[in-house]
Amino acid sequence: MAIDRSNSLEPEMPAPEKIDSQGISAKQVQSVAHLARLSISEDEVRQTTEKLTAIMGLIDEMQAVNTDGIEPLANPLDAVQRLRADEVTETNNREQLMTNAPAKEDGLFLVPKVID
Amino acid sequence: MEWEAVIGLEIHVQLATKTKIFSGASTAFGAEPNTQACAVDLGLPGILPVVNEEAINMAIKFGLGIKAEINKVNIFERKNYFYPDLPKGYQTTQLDKPIVGAGHMDIALDDGSTHRVRIHHAHLEEDAGKSLHEAFSTGSHGMSGIDLNRAGTPLIEVVTEPDMRNAKQAVAFARKLHSIVTTLGICDGEMSQGSMRFDVNVSVRPQGQEKLGTRTETKNLNSFKFMERAINKEIQRQIEAIEDGFEIVQETRLYNGDTDVARSMRSKEEANDYRYFPCPDLLPVVIEDSRLEKIRSEMPEMPEARKARFINDLGLGDYDAEVLSCELATADYFEAAAKAGGDAKLAANWVMGELAKTLNQNDLEIVSSPVSAEALGGLVARIKDNTISGKIAKQVFEALWNNEGSSADEVIEKKGLKQVTDIGAIEAIIDDVLARNPAQVEQYRAADDARRGKMVGFFVGQTMKASRGKANPGMVNQLLKKKLQ
Repeated sequence: MAIDRSNSLEPEMPAPEKIDSQGISAKQVQSVAHLARLSISEDEVRQTTEKLTAIMGLIDEMQAVNTDGIEPLANPLDAVQRLRADEVTETNNREQLMTNAPAKEDGLFLVPKVID
Repeated sequence: MEWEAVIGLEIHVQLATKTKIFSGASTAFGAEPNTQACAVDLGLPGILPVVNEEAINMAIKFGLGIKAEINKVNIFERKNYFYPDLPKGYQTTQLDKPIVGAGHMDIALDDGSTHRVRIHHAHLEEDAGKSLHEAFSTGSHGMSGIDLNRAGTPLIEVVTEPDMRNAKQAVAFARKLHSIVTTLGICDGEMSQGSMRFDVNVSVRPQGQEKLGTRTETKNLNSFKFMERAINKEIQRQIEAIEDGFEIVQETRLYNGDTDVARSMRSKEEANDYRYFPCPDLLPVVIEDSRLEKIRSEMPEMPEARKARFINDLGLGDYDAEVLSCELATADYFEAAAKAGGDAKLAANWVMGELAKTLNQNDLEIVSSPVSAEALGGLVARIKDNTISGKIAKQVFEALWNNEGSSADEVIEKKGLKQVTDIGAIEAIIDDVLARNPAQVEQYRAADDARRGKMVGFFVGQTMKASRGKANPGMVNQLLKKKLQ
């Protein structure tokens, strides 16, 4: 798999249909891959479809568990978020942070033209 | 056919924290590009966001300000989409359990009534960076520039119910919201810097029809004026389209305030699938009762409480009190002017009358008024103690506006506008007027009482003119009637 570097905001394909336990279609795999900006070959589509269908089976088993009266869990850690005081702790580190950028100018990251 | 517009708003309010919502990078406006974007804001591998306590406090303040429920357990979600100014590939936001639940705000309408706009909820989220499409120093090379200083700035997104029926109501709501967030000190209110950005949802339906029409969303309006124009334009466009037999397409639109042109940006069919899921990097934020109570005890006077005080303590009418309390800047200005002038009602008339009119003509907001509240108060004081008449006061106001003096007293002195209240001086002017108009005096004396009442106006006018407006009108009236007997 390679990362699809196209910058388009909108997926050209419609959003995937609701996935059900009957398995996943190749079309759904392609549209999910597009949403994640991954370009995958025909071969990979077939393999991924099989793997995801197997995973869906596992999810079906989990769905069968009775969860009446159980609060949904947003995080597996049984803890609450620590808060941070509103104080500036970061200093300008632009030069270093931009060293990996493939293109830059006037302190800006440059990307292929986007028009919204 | 009569059409009715239905308007709902989504407003992004930038919170006035010193640092980002999930990092310790500064949020100060106007810094060099990317100098306030740290590893967390850039979404580099291995980073861990930590929630800014002040962002939570400010969101709570807003909730209390609009009498909404505050959600005790807050979950942050990832909203996934690709755009160059969103380096992480997702925006951290809230979905199912927004920090602020349902609330409401009342707005004043022109006819003196108030109208309630329900607020569906307000949630906390991070802002994205900025894409710049203008040419850079090396000229146009088909690239866009990305500045991530704004990335991670805390926002609350306020979502209203579709409770507004025209652009004026929407603007009244927007102004009131502006007043509330600035009163609370949770937003600097600088619209031109993008501190408040409005998305407007507009649909139209035949008057009396229950079912809503198809709506469009016009995004990112950052001034009240543009908002009003964009809404009116969109209502007009939809009505014309329907009357011409077209269907309204659900779409996102962009309005350019400089050119007054709106265009379609994307339609619903190609809408994104954001694949929300709880952010695994952030634990639930639990709001303790002690935090809630502390914030509640520190709440400033809200516009509604101020309105009540204007009515009860300063003796203003309901409509005047609403208009003057609606915006923080106007309310502060009015109170200062009333205090300096020693007459709240007179000060209210001047703030809502001559001042508002002149500000409007010059396209200025009250904070940039060339006439300070103290100067206007000084003017009010001179009307109140009869130093000048209401008519002369307008002249003094104009002089203050044009910076021909720093106080009403200075202008009155410099221009010799002090009202003449010396009986002898006024009598001398009247004698002169009567001597110059013997025919009119003759007619007056021959007339009956009913006609005399009307005819005296001529002499009053002549006398005021001869005194260059400075004679006290009440005294002129009295003395004239006596002399004409």
